[in-house]
Amino acid sequence: MAQSAQRTTPLNAVHHALGARMVAFAGWEMPIAYGSQLEEHHRVRRDAGMFDVSHMLVVDLRGGQARAFLQRLLANDAAKLAAAGRALYSCLLDRGGGVLDDLIVYFLGGERYRLVVNAGTAEKDCAWIAARRDECAPEVTIEPRRDFAIVAVQGPRAREKTWDALPHLRAASERLAPFHAAESDGTLIARTGYTGEDGFEIMLPAAGAVALWQALAGKDVAPAGLGARDTLRLEAGLNLYGQDMDETVTPMEAGLAWTVALDGGRDFIGRAALLGRAPRWRQLGLLLLEPGVMRGRQKVRGGWGAGEITSGGYSPTLNRSIALARLPRAAAAGEEVEVEVRGKWLRARTVAPPFVRHGKVLISAEC
Amino acid sequence: MTTPQNLKYTKSHEWVRTEADGTVTVGITFHAQEQLGDVVFVQNPQPGRKVKQGEECAVIESVKAAADIYAPVTGEVIAANHDVADHPERVNQDPYAAWMFRIRPGDPTELAGLLDAAAYQQLAESEKH
Repeated sequence: MAQSAQRTTPLNAVHHALGARMVAFAGWEMPIAYGSQLEEHHRVRRDAGMFDVSHMLVVDLRGGQARAFLQRLLANDAAKLAAAGRALYSCLLDRGGGVLDDLIVYFLGGERYRLVVNAGTAEKDCAWIAARRDECAPEVTIEPRRDFAIVAVQGPRAREKTWDALPHLRAASERLAPFHAAESDGTLIARTGYTGEDGFEIMLPAAGAVALWQALAGKDVAPAGLGARDTLRLEAGLNLYGQDMDETVTPMEAGLAWTVALDGGRDFIGRAALLGRAPRWRQLGLLLLEPGVMRGRQKVRGGWGAGEITSGGYSPTLNRSIALARLPRAAAAGEEVEVEVRGKWLRARTVAPPFVRHGKVLISAEC
Repeated sequence: MTTPQNLKYTKSHEWVRTEADGTVTVGITFHAQEQLGDVVFVQNPQPGRKVKQGEECAVIESVKAAADIYAPVTGEVIAANHDVADHPERVNQDPYAAWMFRIRPGDPTELAGLLDAAAYQQLAESEKH
Protein backbone atom coordinates (compact mmCIF):
# COMPACT_ATOMS: atom_id res chain seq x y z
CA MET A 1 0.00 0.00 0.00
CA ALA A 2 1.32 3.45 -0.87
CA GLN A 3 2.17 5.65 2.09
CA SER A 4 -0.37 8.25 1.05
CA ALA A 5 -3.15 5.65 1.17
CA GLN A 6 -2.44 4.83 4.80
CA ARG A 7 -4.59 6.24 7.55
CA THR A 8 -2.92 8.13 10.35
CA THR A 9 -3.82 8.68 13.99
CA PRO A 10 -3.94 12.10 15.72
CA LEU A 11 -0.50 11.27 17.18
CA ASN A 12 1.17 10.57 13.83
CA ALA A 13 3.31 13.73 13.82
CA VAL A 14 4.41 13.01 17.40
CA HIS A 15 5.63 9.55 16.39
CA HIS A 16 7.59 10.98 13.48
CA ALA A 17 9.10 13.68 15.69
CA LEU A 18 10.24 10.97 18.12
CA GLY A 19 11.99 9.17 15.25
CA ALA A 20 9.73 6.14 15.40
CA ARG A 21 10.06 3.41 12.82
CA MET A 22 6.66 3.50 11.14
CA VAL A 23 5.03 0.47 9.54
CA ALA A 24 1.77 -0.34 7.78
CA PHE A 25 -0.64 -2.11 10.10
CA ALA A 26 -4.22 -2.91 9.05
CA GLY A 27 -4.19 0.08 6.70
CA TRP A 28 -2.73 2.47 9.28
CA GLU A 29 0.72 4.01 9.52
CA MET A 30 1.76 3.05 13.07
CA PRO A 31 4.97 3.12 15.15
CA ILE A 32 6.54 -0.32 15.57
CA ALA A 33 9.30 0.99 17.85
CA TYR A 34 10.85 4.33 18.83
CA GLY A 35 14.28 2.86 19.56
CA SER A 36 14.91 -0.55 21.08
CA GLN A 37 11.75 -2.64 21.16
CA LEU A 38 13.28 -4.74 23.96
CA GLU A 39 13.79 -1.65 26.13
CA GLU A 40 10.20 -0.56 25.50
CA HIS A 41 9.03 -4.02 26.57
CA HIS A 42 11.05 -3.91 29.80
CA ARG A 43 9.90 -0.37 30.58
CA VAL A 44 6.29 -1.54 30.53
CA ARG A 45 7.03 -4.62 32.67
CA ARG A 46 9.09 -2.64 35.20
CA ASP A 47 7.81 0.95 35.13
CA ALA A 48 5.37 2.54 32.67
CA GLY A 49 4.98 2.83 28.92
CA MET A 50 2.36 4.28 26.59
CA PHE A 51 0.94 3.11 23.30
CA ASP A 52 -1.02 4.96 20.65
CA VAL A 53 -3.82 2.54 19.82
CA SER A 54 -6.06 5.05 18.09
CA HIS A 55 -6.26 2.76 15.07
CA MET A 56 -8.71 0.70 17.12
CA LEU A 57 -12.28 1.87 16.72
CA VAL A 58 -14.62 3.16 19.40
CA VAL A 59 -18.25 2.35 18.58
CA ASP A 60 -21.04 3.78 20.73
CA LEU A 61 -24.39 2.00 21.02
CA ARG A 62 -27.38 3.67 22.54
CA GLY A 63 -31.04 2.90 23.10
CA GLY A 64 -33.56 1.12 25.26
CA GLN A 65 -32.94 -2.11 23.36
CA ALA A 66 -29.17 -1.82 23.53
CA ARG A 67 -28.58 -4.28 26.36
CA ALA A 68 -30.88 -6.93 24.89
CA PHE A 69 -29.17 -6.39 21.53
CA LEU A 70 -25.70 -6.90 23.05
CA GLN A 71 -26.96 -10.08 24.71
CA ARG A 72 -27.92 -11.33 21.25
CA LEU A 73 -24.76 -10.03 19.54
CA LEU A 74 -22.00 -11.14 21.93
CA ALA A 75 -20.83 -14.56 23.14
CA ASN A 76 -20.24 -13.16 26.63
CA ASP A 77 -23.31 -11.97 28.52
CA ALA A 78 -23.90 -8.21 28.74
CA ALA A 79 -26.04 -8.96 31.80
CA LYS A 80 -22.70 -9.08 33.66
CA LEU A 81 -22.47 -5.32 33.13
CA ALA A 82 -24.32 -4.85 36.41
CA ALA A 83 -23.36 -1.24 37.05
CA ALA A 84 -22.24 1.76 35.04
CA GLY A 85 -18.47 1.58 34.51
CA ARG A 86 -18.24 -2.20 34.19
CA ALA A 87 -16.26 -3.61 31.25
CA LEU A 88 -16.57 -7.02 29.62
CA TYR A 89 -14.33 -8.86 27.17
CA SER A 90 -16.19 -10.84 24.51
CA CYS A 91 -15.96 -12.50 21.14
CA LEU A 92 -18.25 -11.43 18.31
CA LEU A 93 -19.29 -14.66 16.58
CA ASP A 94 -20.77 -15.50 13.21
CA ARG A 95 -23.68 -17.92 12.96
CA GLY A 96 -21.28 -20.83 12.62
CA GLY A 97 -19.61 -19.95 15.94
CA GLY A 98 -16.49 -18.61 14.21
CA VAL A 99 -14.77 -15.57 15.75
CA LEU A 100 -15.46 -12.37 13.77
CA ASP A 101 -13.58 -10.23 16.29
CA ASP A 102 -12.79 -9.83 19.96
CA LEU A 103 -13.73 -6.63 21.75
CA ILE A 104 -14.31 -4.90 25.05
CA VAL A 105 -17.75 -3.49 25.82
CA TYR A 106 -18.07 -0.75 28.45
CA PHE A 107 -21.37 0.09 30.13
CA LEU A 108 -21.42 3.87 30.32
CA GLY A 109 -24.73 4.04 32.23
CA GLY A 110 -28.38 4.49 31.28
CA GLU A 111 -28.86 3.24 27.74
CA ARG A 112 -25.24 3.87 26.63
CA TYR A 113 -22.62 1.26 25.77
CA ARG A 114 -19.22 1.59 24.13
CA LEU A 115 -17.37 -1.08 22.15
CA VAL A 116 -13.69 -0.98 21.24
CA VAL A 117 -12.94 -3.19 18.23
CA ASN A 118 -9.80 -4.10 16.29
CA ALA A 119 -8.57 -1.86 13.47
CA GLY A 120 -8.37 -4.57 10.83
CA THR A 121 -11.93 -5.72 11.44
CA ALA A 122 -13.59 -2.37 12.21
CA GLU A 123 -15.48 -1.94 8.96
CA LYS A 124 -16.59 -5.57 8.81
CA ASP A 125 -17.72 -5.36 12.44
CA CYS A 126 -19.73 -2.17 11.89
CA ALA A 127 -21.51 -3.69 8.89
CA TRP A 128 -22.25 -6.90 10.83
CA ILE A 129 -23.46 -5.05 13.91
CA ALA A 130 -25.70 -2.75 11.84
CA ALA A 131 -27.23 -5.69 9.94
CA ARG A 132 -27.98 -7.57 13.17
CA ARG A 133 -29.37 -4.37 14.70
CA ASP A 134 -31.76 -4.02 11.76
CA GLU A 135 -33.00 -7.57 12.40
CA CYS A 136 -33.72 -7.37 16.09
CA ALA A 137 -33.16 -3.93 17.63
CA PRO A 138 -33.98 -1.24 15.06
CA GLU A 139 -34.08 1.57 17.62
CA VAL A 140 -30.48 1.10 18.73
CA THR A 141 -28.16 3.74 17.32
CA ILE A 142 -24.63 2.77 16.25
CA GLU A 143 -22.06 5.53 16.16
CA PRO A 144 -18.48 4.78 15.06
CA ARG A 145 -16.26 7.31 16.83
CA ARG A 146 -13.32 8.03 14.54
CA ASP A 147 -13.19 11.37 16.36
CA PHE A 148 -11.64 9.55 19.34
CA ALA A 149 -8.01 8.76 20.09
CA ILE A 150 -6.98 5.91 22.40
CA VAL A 151 -3.80 5.90 24.48
CA ALA A 152 -2.90 2.88 26.63
CA VAL A 153 -0.68 3.60 29.66
CA GLN A 154 0.62 0.30 31.02
CA GLY A 155 3.01 -0.92 33.69
CA PRO A 156 3.33 -1.21 37.47
CA ARG A 157 3.72 2.58 37.78
CA ALA A 158 1.26 3.47 35.01
CA ARG A 159 -1.56 4.60 37.26
CA GLU A 160 0.48 6.82 39.56
CA LYS A 161 2.27 8.38 36.58
CA THR A 162 -1.05 8.99 34.85
CA TRP A 163 -2.32 10.82 37.93
CA ASP A 164 0.89 12.86 38.15
CA ALA A 165 0.64 13.84 34.50
CA LEU A 166 -3.12 14.27 34.30
CA PRO A 167 -4.37 15.32 37.75
CA HIS A 168 -7.83 16.08 36.33
CA LEU A 169 -8.32 12.33 35.73
CA ARG A 170 -7.36 11.29 39.26
CA ALA A 171 -10.73 11.72 40.93
CA ALA A 172 -12.55 9.66 38.30
CA SER A 173 -9.99 6.85 38.17
CA GLU A 174 -8.46 6.56 41.64
CA ARG A 175 -10.86 3.91 42.90
CA LEU A 176 -11.41 2.03 39.65
CA ALA A 177 -11.15 -1.75 40.04
CA PRO A 178 -9.66 -3.78 37.17
CA PHE A 179 -12.00 -3.98 34.18
CA HIS A 180 -13.88 -0.87 35.23
CA ALA A 181 -14.03 2.56 33.60
CA ALA A 182 -15.21 6.07 34.37
CA GLU A 183 -16.05 9.13 32.30
CA SER A 184 -14.62 12.55 32.99
CA ASP A 185 -15.44 15.51 30.73
CA GLY A 186 -15.81 13.42 27.59
CA THR A 187 -12.77 11.25 28.34
CA LEU A 188 -13.27 7.59 29.24
CA ILE A 189 -10.54 6.20 31.47
CA ALA A 190 -10.57 2.41 31.80
CA ARG A 191 -8.46 0.07 33.93
CA THR A 192 -7.93 -2.31 31.05
CA GLY A 193 -5.06 -3.19 28.72
CA TYR A 194 -3.30 -5.70 26.51
CA THR A 195 0.06 -6.19 28.22
CA GLY A 196 -0.57 -8.27 31.36
CA GLU A 197 0.31 -5.23 33.48
CA ASP A 198 -1.81 -2.79 35.43
CA GLY A 199 -2.71 0.50 33.83
CA PHE A 200 -5.28 2.48 31.91
CA GLU A 201 -6.69 2.76 28.44
CA ILE A 202 -7.76 6.35 27.87
CA MET A 203 -10.28 7.24 25.15
CA LEU A 204 -10.53 10.93 24.44
CA PRO A 205 -11.53 13.37 21.69
CA ALA A 206 -8.75 13.43 19.09
CA ALA A 207 -8.00 17.13 19.63
CA GLY A 208 -6.67 16.39 23.12
CA ALA A 209 -4.46 13.45 22.19
CA VAL A 210 -1.16 15.29 21.66
CA ALA A 211 -1.43 17.24 24.93
CA LEU A 212 -2.24 14.06 26.83
CA TRP A 213 0.72 12.22 25.27
CA GLN A 214 3.12 15.10 26.01
CA ALA A 215 1.92 15.33 29.61
CA LEU A 216 2.60 11.61 30.10
CA ALA A 217 5.99 11.95 28.38
CA GLY A 218 6.76 14.76 30.85
CA LYS A 219 6.38 12.22 33.68
CA ASP A 220 8.79 9.82 31.98
CA VAL A 221 6.19 7.42 30.61
CA ALA A 222 8.09 5.70 27.78
CA PRO A 223 6.59 5.68 24.28
CA ALA A 224 6.23 2.06 23.19
CA GLY A 225 5.34 0.72 19.76
CA LEU A 226 3.37 -2.12 18.28
CA GLY A 227 6.45 -4.35 18.47
CA ALA A 228 6.59 -4.21 22.27
CA ARG A 229 2.81 -4.42 22.42
CA ASP A 230 3.04 -7.74 20.58
CA THR A 231 5.75 -9.29 22.79
CA LEU A 232 3.93 -8.08 25.92
CA ARG A 233 0.58 -9.53 24.91
CA LEU A 234 2.21 -12.81 23.82
CA GLU A 235 3.88 -13.17 27.23
CA ALA A 236 0.51 -12.36 28.82
CA GLY A 237 -1.10 -15.14 26.75
CA LEU A 238 -3.53 -12.73 25.07
CA ASN A 239 -4.79 -13.58 21.60
CA LEU A 240 -4.19 -11.38 18.59
CA TYR A 241 -7.16 -11.36 16.24
CA GLY A 242 -6.25 -12.60 12.75
CA GLN A 243 -3.36 -14.69 14.08
CA ASP A 244 -4.53 -16.67 17.09
CA MET A 245 -8.17 -16.72 16.03
CA ASP A 246 -10.45 -15.85 13.14
CA GLU A 247 -13.71 -17.08 11.56
CA THR A 248 -12.29 -20.59 11.09
CA VAL A 249 -12.17 -21.33 14.84
CA THR A 250 -14.54 -21.04 17.76
CA PRO A 251 -13.64 -19.38 21.07
CA MET A 252 -13.35 -22.89 22.56
CA GLU A 253 -10.63 -23.67 20.03
CA ALA A 254 -8.74 -20.44 20.77
CA GLY A 255 -8.45 -20.60 24.56
CA LEU A 256 -11.47 -18.35 25.11
CA ALA A 257 -14.07 -20.80 26.45
CA TRP A 258 -14.12 -18.71 29.64
CA THR A 259 -15.55 -15.77 27.68
CA VAL A 260 -18.54 -17.69 26.32
CA ALA A 261 -21.58 -17.50 28.62
CA LEU A 262 -23.64 -20.60 27.75
CA ASP A 263 -25.64 -20.78 30.98
CA GLY A 264 -29.27 -19.70 31.13
CA GLY A 265 -30.21 -20.48 27.55
CA ARG A 266 -29.49 -16.97 26.22
CA ASP A 267 -29.88 -17.09 22.44
CA PHE A 268 -26.74 -15.33 21.20
CA ILE A 269 -25.50 -15.50 17.63
CA GLY A 270 -23.33 -18.61 17.26
CA ARG A 271 -24.71 -20.42 20.31
CA ALA A 272 -26.43 -23.23 18.41
CA ALA A 273 -23.33 -23.85 16.33
CA LEU A 274 -21.09 -23.98 19.42
CA LEU A 275 -23.38 -26.50 21.11
CA GLY A 276 -23.58 -28.64 17.98
CA ARG A 277 -19.87 -28.74 17.17
CA ALA A 278 -17.18 -30.58 19.10
CA PRO A 279 -14.06 -28.43 19.33
CA ARG A 280 -11.24 -29.65 17.07
CA TRP A 281 -8.40 -27.71 18.61
CA ARG A 282 -6.94 -26.76 21.94
CA GLN A 283 -4.87 -23.63 22.40
CA LEU A 284 -1.72 -24.05 24.47
CA GLY A 285 1.47 -22.12 25.02
CA LEU A 286 4.87 -23.42 23.92
CA LEU A 287 8.25 -22.82 25.47
CA LEU A 288 11.21 -23.54 23.19
CA LEU A 289 13.80 -25.70 24.97
CA GLU A 290 16.60 -25.01 22.47
CA PRO A 291 18.14 -21.87 20.95
CA GLY A 292 16.09 -20.31 18.14
CA VAL A 293 12.89 -18.33 17.68
CA MET A 294 9.47 -19.81 16.97
CA ARG A 295 7.25 -17.88 14.54
CA GLY A 296 3.62 -18.00 13.45
CA ARG A 297 2.57 -20.80 11.07
CA GLN A 298 5.41 -23.14 12.02
CA LYS A 299 4.43 -26.81 12.38
CA VAL A 300 4.18 -28.57 15.73
CA ARG A 301 4.19 -32.35 16.20
CA GLY A 302 3.51 -34.48 19.27
CA GLY A 303 2.18 -37.88 20.28
CA TRP A 304 -1.35 -36.75 19.34
CA GLY A 305 -0.51 -35.63 15.80
CA ALA A 306 0.11 -32.23 14.24
CA GLY A 307 -0.69 -28.64 15.07
CA GLU A 308 0.50 -25.15 14.22
CA ILE A 309 1.91 -22.10 15.92
CA THR A 310 -0.44 -19.13 15.68
CA SER A 311 1.83 -16.52 17.30
CA GLY A 312 5.47 -17.01 18.15
CA GLY A 313 8.42 -14.89 19.04
CA TYR A 314 11.08 -13.99 21.52
CA SER A 315 10.06 -13.37 25.13
CA PRO A 316 12.23 -10.57 26.55
CA THR A 317 11.20 -11.46 30.11
CA LEU A 318 12.07 -15.17 29.77
CA ASN A 319 14.96 -14.63 27.33
CA ARG A 320 13.56 -17.61 25.45
CA SER A 321 11.21 -18.16 22.55
CA ILE A 322 7.52 -18.64 23.38
CA ALA A 323 4.44 -19.22 21.27
CA LEU A 324 0.71 -19.79 21.23
CA ALA A 325 -0.24 -22.93 19.30
CA ARG A 326 -3.36 -24.57 17.90
CA LEU A 327 -3.03 -28.25 18.80
CA PRO A 328 -5.30 -31.32 18.67
CA ARG A 329 -7.74 -31.66 21.58
CA ALA A 330 -5.71 -34.50 23.08
CA ALA A 331 -2.80 -32.13 23.76
CA ALA A 332 -2.20 -31.04 27.37
CA ALA A 333 0.18 -28.80 29.27
CA GLY A 334 3.49 -30.32 30.34
CA GLU A 335 4.21 -32.40 27.24
CA GLU A 336 7.35 -32.36 25.15
CA VAL A 337 6.71 -31.60 21.47
CA GLU A 338 8.73 -30.58 18.42
CA VAL A 339 8.47 -27.40 16.36
CA GLU A 340 9.80 -27.03 12.83
CA VAL A 341 11.97 -23.92 12.96
CA ARG A 342 13.63 -23.14 9.64
CA GLY A 343 13.81 -26.74 8.52
CA LYS A 344 14.88 -28.24 11.85
CA TRP A 345 12.67 -29.92 14.45
CA LEU A 346 13.44 -28.28 17.81
CA ARG A 347 12.23 -29.42 21.24
CA ALA A 348 9.54 -27.42 23.01
CA ARG A 349 7.23 -27.92 25.97
CA THR A 350 3.50 -27.23 26.15
CA VAL A 351 2.46 -24.85 28.92
CA ALA A 352 -0.77 -23.26 30.08
CA PRO A 353 -0.60 -19.53 29.28
CA PRO A 354 -0.07 -16.85 30.49
CA PHE A 355 3.71 -16.91 30.59
CA VAL A 356 4.08 -13.60 32.44
CA ARG A 357 1.65 -11.39 34.36
CA HIS A 358 2.30 -8.35 36.54
CA GLY A 359 6.03 -8.66 36.03
CA LYS A 360 6.12 -12.26 37.31
CA VAL A 361 7.05 -15.37 35.36
CA LEU A 362 4.19 -17.85 35.77
CA ILE A 363 5.64 -20.92 34.08
CA SER A 364 8.64 -23.07 34.85
CA ALA A 365 11.31 -22.06 32.35
CA GLU A 366 13.61 -25.00 33.09
CA CYS A 367 14.73 -27.04 30.10
CA MET B 1 29.57 6.93 10.00
CA THR B 2 27.20 4.11 9.19
CA THR B 3 29.11 2.83 6.14
CA PRO B 4 32.87 2.61 6.86
CA GLN B 5 35.05 3.35 3.82
CA ASN B 6 37.56 0.57 4.52
CA LEU B 7 35.04 -2.26 4.16
CA LYS B 8 33.41 -4.04 1.23
CA TYR B 9 29.72 -4.87 1.13
CA THR B 10 27.25 -7.30 -0.40
CA LYS B 11 23.81 -6.61 -1.82
CA SER B 12 22.47 -8.87 0.95
CA HIS B 13 23.83 -6.44 3.59
CA GLU B 14 26.92 -8.20 4.89
CA TRP B 15 30.11 -6.21 5.47
CA VAL B 16 33.45 -7.78 4.55
CA ARG B 17 36.87 -6.84 5.88
CA THR B 18 40.04 -8.24 4.32
CA GLU B 19 42.66 -8.96 6.99
CA ALA B 20 46.44 -8.74 6.58
CA ASP B 21 46.66 -12.54 6.23
CA GLY B 22 44.19 -12.58 3.35
CA THR B 23 41.26 -13.98 5.34
CA VAL B 24 37.97 -12.06 5.42
CA THR B 25 35.82 -11.14 8.41
CA VAL B 26 32.04 -10.92 7.94
CA GLY B 27 29.23 -9.15 9.81
CA ILE B 28 25.99 -7.34 9.01
CA THR B 29 25.73 -3.64 8.27
CA PHE B 30 24.31 -0.82 10.33
CA HIS B 31 21.47 -0.58 7.82
CA ALA B 32 20.73 -4.32 8.14
CA GLN B 33 20.55 -4.30 11.93
CA GLU B 34 18.41 -1.17 11.80
CA GLN B 35 15.94 -2.91 9.49
CA LEU B 36 15.88 -6.05 11.64
CA GLY B 37 15.38 -4.34 15.00
CA ASP B 38 16.65 -5.86 18.24
CA VAL B 39 18.69 -8.97 17.46
CA VAL B 40 17.90 -11.82 19.88
CA PHE B 41 19.62 -14.89 18.36
CA VAL B 42 22.72 -15.51 16.23
CA GLN B 43 23.62 -18.91 14.80
CA ASN B 44 27.06 -19.04 13.20
CA PRO B 45 28.56 -21.66 10.87
CA GLN B 46 30.93 -24.30 12.25
CA PRO B 47 34.62 -23.66 11.54
CA GLY B 48 35.80 -26.03 8.85
CA ARG B 49 32.65 -25.69 6.78
CA LYS B 50 33.22 -25.06 3.07
CA VAL B 51 30.91 -22.40 1.68
CA LYS B 52 30.16 -21.05 -1.79
CA GLN B 53 29.66 -17.38 -2.53
CA GLY B 54 25.99 -16.53 -1.88
CA GLU B 55 25.34 -19.65 0.20
CA GLU B 56 23.24 -19.35 3.37
CA CYS B 57 25.64 -19.96 6.22
CA ALA B 58 24.33 -18.19 9.32
CA VAL B 59 21.03 -17.01 10.80
CA ILE B 60 20.14 -13.86 12.69
CA GLU B 61 16.76 -13.69 14.42
CA SER B 62 15.43 -10.37 15.65
CA VAL B 63 12.29 -9.51 17.55
CA LYS B 64 10.69 -9.02 14.14
CA ALA B 65 11.99 -11.66 11.76
CA ALA B 66 14.63 -14.19 10.82
CA ALA B 67 17.36 -13.26 8.33
CA ASP B 68 19.73 -15.55 6.46
CA ILE B 69 23.35 -14.46 6.31
CA TYR B 70 25.15 -15.35 3.08
CA ALA B 71 28.79 -16.16 2.47
CA PRO B 72 30.19 -13.13 0.64
CA VAL B 73 32.95 -15.24 -0.94
CA THR B 74 33.69 -18.90 -1.60
CA GLY B 75 36.05 -20.53 0.90
CA GLU B 76 36.40 -22.23 4.26
CA VAL B 77 34.99 -20.92 7.52
CA ILE B 78 37.95 -20.65 9.88
CA ALA B 79 36.39 -18.94 12.91
CA ALA B 80 33.02 -17.99 14.40
CA ASN B 81 32.46 -15.27 17.00
CA HIS B 82 31.05 -16.92 20.13
CA ASP B 83 30.82 -13.58 21.88
CA VAL B 84 28.16 -12.34 19.47
CA ALA B 85 26.23 -15.63 19.79
CA ASP B 86 26.20 -15.16 23.58
CA HIS B 87 25.36 -11.44 23.33
CA PRO B 88 23.22 -10.93 20.21
CA GLU B 89 22.49 -7.32 21.25
CA ARG B 90 26.06 -6.41 20.22
CA VAL B 91 24.95 -6.64 16.59
CA ASN B 92 22.73 -3.62 17.26
CA GLN B 93 25.14 -1.82 19.56
CA ASP B 94 28.17 -1.91 17.25
CA PRO B 95 27.51 -3.83 14.02
CA TYR B 96 31.02 -3.28 12.62
CA ALA B 97 32.70 -4.65 15.75
CA ALA B 98 30.23 -7.53 16.16
CA TRP B 99 31.76 -9.76 13.50
CA MET B 100 30.11 -13.13 12.93
CA PHE B 101 32.61 -15.41 11.15
CA ARG B 102 35.85 -15.49 9.16
CA ILE B 103 36.46 -17.15 5.81
CA ARG B 104 39.70 -18.10 4.06
CA PRO B 105 38.77 -17.20 0.47
CA GLY B 106 39.23 -19.85 -2.22
CA ASP B 107 39.01 -17.32 -5.04
CA PRO B 108 40.37 -13.87 -4.11
CA THR B 109 39.05 -12.37 -7.35
CA GLU B 110 35.52 -12.58 -5.93
CA LEU B 111 36.41 -9.76 -3.52
CA ALA B 112 36.75 -7.33 -6.40
CA GLY B 113 33.12 -7.92 -7.31
CA LEU B 114 31.78 -6.72 -3.93
CA LEU B 115 30.33 -3.24 -3.42
CA ASP B 116 32.42 -0.36 -2.14
CA ALA B 117 31.10 1.95 0.59
CA ALA B 118 29.60 4.50 -1.81
CA ALA B 119 27.74 1.86 -3.84
CA TYR B 120 26.45 0.19 -0.69
CA GLN B 121 25.36 3.49 0.83
CA GLN B 122 23.35 4.16 -2.31
CA LEU B 123 21.73 0.70 -2.08
CA ALA B 124 20.84 1.17 1.60
CA GLU B 125 19.35 4.62 0.93
CA SER B 126 17.24 3.30 -1.93
CA GLU B 127 15.76 0.61 0.34
CA LYS B 128 14.71 3.13 2.96
CA HIS B 129 12.23 4.78 0.61
